[in-house]
Parts: sequence; C-alpha cells; structure tokens
Amino acid sequence: MPYHNHTEKKSADVIVIGGGVIGCAAAYRLAKEGVSVLVLEKNEICSGASGRNAGGVRQSARDVRELPLAMYGVKHIWPALSEELGVDVEYTRAGNLRLGRTAAHLEKLSELAENSSKVGLDVRMVTGGEAREICPYMSADVLGASWCPTDGYANPLTTTIGFYKKALSYGAVFITGITAIGLGKVKGRVRNVYTDDGVYEADRVLVCAGYASRAIVNTVGIDVPVEREDEEVFVTEQLPPMFDQVLGTAEADFYGHQTKHGSFLLGGVSGLQHFTSNHDGHPTEAYTAPSLVRGIIRFFPSFAGVKIIRNWSGQFDSCVDGVPVIDNAAEAPGLTLAFAFTGHGFGISPSVSIALKELIMDGNSKTIDVSGLKYDRFAAKQ
Amino acid sequence: MAKITIRMKSEGAFLPQADDDMIVCRCEEVTKGEIRRAVCEGLRTFGEVKRYLRCGMGLCQGQTCQRLILQILSRELGTPIPDLGRITGRTPVRPVVMQELSRSTEDSKGVEDHALS
Ligand SMILES: Cc1cc2nc3c(=O)[nH]c(=O)nc-3n(C[C@H](O)[C@H](O)[C@H](O)COP(=O)(O)OP(=O)(O)OC[C@H]3O[C@@H](n4cnc5c(N)ncnc54)[C@H](O)[C@@H]3O)c2cc1C
Repeated sequence: MPYHNHTEKKSADVIVIGGGVIGCAAAYRLAKEGVSVLVLEKNEICSGASGRNAGGVRQSARDVRELPLAMYGVKHIWPALSEELGVDVEYTRAGNLRLGRTAAHLEKLSELAENSSKVGLDVRMVTGGEAREICPYMSADVLGASWCPTDGYANPLTTTIGFYKKALSYGAVFITGITAIGLGKVKGRVRNVYTDDGVYEADRVLVCAGYASRAIVNTVGIDVPVEREDEEVFVTEQLPPMFDQVLGTAEADFYGHQTKHGSFLLGGVSGLQHFTSNHDGHPTEAYTAPSLVRGIIRFFPSFAGVKIIRNWSGQFDSCVDGVPVIDNAAEAPGLTLAFAFTGHGFGISPSVSIALKELIMDGNSKTIDVSGLKYDRFAAKQ
Repeated sequence: MAKITIRMKSEGAFLPQADDDMIVCRCEEVTKGEIRRAVCEGLRTFGEVKRYLRCGMGLCQGQTCQRLILQILSRELGTPIPDLGRITGRTPVRPVVMQELSRSTEDSKGVEDHALS
C-alpha cells in the first residue's frame, strides 16, 4: 500500500493551521528551508476560499499597506511560478480594466488610480474608446476606465494544489480531517494546538484558517476584528478566446475574466451578503447570480446569450479595515498570524508566503514590507 | 465529518497501466492515467482531484464520470468509496443563458436581442 502511512506524527518545528493557499504556500517555503512542517486542515486541501475564488492577481485599487505584497508577487514570483511548482498556474498578465458608466464612476476611478500611481504603480485613466480598443466587447455606455497593464489572473485551484504538492515533495506533512480548537502556552510560549484529535505540539504555530482564525487565536488572548463574508462566483460555458483582461467596475457590479479553459469566471456580491452569513456550509442565494448577470449584461450586452454552467459561493475573512494581518503576536510568542485577507488573499499569496517564512524563521519580514499589516493596529475611533 | 488522512511525500514511483489513455471525464477529457498520477503525487479526495484536473467540472457536472472516478480512486488508495468525499452538485443543474437568469426585474428589458454570435 504505497500511499498509506499511518505513522503517528503529533509534533513539528512549525504547525500550520489551515490548508488553503496561504497554508500550503507557507508550508512549501518552510519545508524547502529544511523546517519540519505539519499542516492541519479541517476539510480537504483547497476546500475554503482558495478553492472558490476568482483568481484575480491585482495591484490596482489596493490599499497601499498591501501594495508591496501585490507588486512584489507580480514582479518576482508569478511570472515563473508555473516552473517553480511544476504545475500550470495559468498566470496571465494582460491588464485590468475597471469600468465606469457615469461621471461619478470616473471620479471614483481616477481617485483610486491616483492613489496607486503615487506609490509607483502604473495605473492610468483611459477613455471609453480606448477601453473598447483594449477590449472590444463592451457596451458603448462605458465612458472610461482605469487601466493597469500589469494586473492579471491565475488559476487558484492549480496554484494551491501546486503549492501543496511541492510542500509534500520537500517533506511537509499534511493531516486533513482535523479541526484545531484552540492554542495553549507552555512556559509563556505558544506550543500546544488543541484539536478534535488530541494535542499537537510545535515550536511555532502559524494560524491561517480564514475567518475561523479569530476563535483559534482568541484562546491565547489575541483578537482581530474579522468576520465572515459571503461572495459568489459562476462559470460560463467554454467560449473561443475573446480577451485576456481582467474586468471590474467602479460600483463592483461584477468582476471576472476568461480563463485559459475558455470559460468565463465571473463573481461578485448581491449587496445583501452581510445578512446571509449566518448559514452553515456554502449556500448560493437565488438572487445573487441574477443580480450579477444584470450587471454583466449592462456592460457586455453580447453576453446575454452565454450559458452559465455552475454557480457556487465562498466565504472570506473580512477585516474591519480591509487588509490582512501578517505578523508575529508579541503577547503570544511562537504565534504567527496570517488571516483577515478580506477577499483578496489569493493574488498576494506567493509574496505572503515569503513574508511568513521570514517572520517565522528570522522574526521579521525583510524582503517585503508588511509593516502596515500588524495585528495590534486596531483601535476604536478617537 | 471528514476522515483523518495523513499525507506525506510519496514513496513509490508512478506505475503506468495499459489503459491509462482511457478518457474517464468526457466533458473535460481527463484520462484514467492523469487521475492515477494525481493520486501518486499526493491528492487524496475526489474534491481535490476535481480541483486539480477539472474532472467532474464540465457541462454534466460529473453525472457520467463520478462513479468511475470514485472507483479508480478507491482502488489506487485502498480507501473505501464513502471516505473519498463527494463533489457538490451546483446550480444551475442544466446550463442556463444569462438573459434568462437576469429576468427577475424590469432591469433586463431590452437585452433580448443580443445573443453572442
Ligand atoms: C468568492 C470569492 C472570490 C475571491 N476572489 C479573489 C480574487 O479574485 N483575487 C484574490 O486575490 N482573492 C480573492 N478572494 C480571496 C481569496 O480566496 C482568499 O483571500 C484566499 O484564498 C485566502 O486563503 P487562505 O488560505 O487564507 O484561506 P482558505 O482557503 O479559506 O483556507 C483556510 C483553511 O482553513 C481551514 N480551517 C478552518 N478552520 C479550521 C480549523 N479550526 N482547523 C483546521 N483547519 C481549519 C479551512 O477548511 C480552509 O481550508 C476571493 C474569495 C472569495 C470567497
């Protein structure tokens, strides 16, 4: 039985809680450095947000605190990630158009573009005509757009599984079907991970379990204002190659792109998503896809006849100020935090894994500036 | 609840079989050999194999291939079929054109004539 190995393994140098793209990528970077890594995942690999997102690899309209991660990835990691992982991650850098149909939209887009270009990102406003030259399928109603030529997309499924397989090949161990319940300190340091399968032990613990992270780190007195938010995505039938740009709109009516497979991956929210988050599981709401479809047809009338094949929902970890926490927790030595990605953790995941490797091994992140993403930045309004 | 599964670096090399070229998922053209290789590389559940290879993600959402894939995985892993997880059937069960879906308000008036040619 070559694939079975029931060796008991209840300790490691580093325990990672959560087998999404963040956990798998961090496990890969650490295992590659010779660190013994044990990843505990409640369900399957890539079954959370990492298996449900739309694959956007975007820098434009990002908060400046998160931009160093986004820009580093696009420049230094994404272009060669398929070769690095030995899996086609389908990374495509063909730009992002964020569309506006009113003067107010254009004002909002210019402001976002200005903020990003201040910190060195190439984002500019283009006219409706220029936008249609880049992507000829859109309605004449589009008055203008912001254009970031270095934005793109990748396949989140093959990326996450690619990190997972690579981590395994460097000796990381993954255990699925185990739920972490809490953490415990030994001699002042976080060491124990309490699970529904007993106690696991490590010198360092990385918590990257999405919105579930909050309850886990609460057990050692750390809190981050993060809550669950639902978002939906659907996929169309396969179509001949039409365009490679990623699309969004000023009002977030929808976002999406055509995948390498030929299908379009399109997603967004209905506007009522804050009131649906009390459900267990991953329900789709009857009104969400129709609402997204109306947005799509407004901008791309010719899509009216395109068939939708599947629709699903995903949950993400929404932070009160819209950017993640990527930090070591001073009050809980041995604990590293990587959650609250607020619906944009996939595109930055390769960079995040480098920051996490350095935070865990060296105590700080030298390569990429994550100083705006500290866990103790939250305070009530003054 | 998911079954506890330990995953470690694979010990054995991939051993080809005579019928590895057989297409198992017809919608997405995924072969038996690709599925067996994914297992050898560390994938352990139907859901993981689906995300990686797309089998069961096509127009029929696995109506044809689901049972075959579960049998292949079960034989490869020595795992009983109920422990391999399931893939989720998604709405809409049959493909639906966007125009139909959009029709729940007045908003969609006037989009009828724009079928993609
Ligand atoms: C619909 C949707 C669209 C999105 N679109 C984009 C996009 O276009 N671009 C982008 O960059 N980002 C996007 N995102 C966000 C992105 O998917 C996430 O930020 C990213 O996947 C986060 O990865 P993660 O590993 O932190 O989380 P997850 O993939 O959610 O992984 C967390 C894992 O922890 C496990 N877990 C939970 N509790 C426990 C426990 N107690 N014990 C053990 N394991 C546990 C879960 O099962 C899960 O597998 C989108 C998200 C959604 C939902």
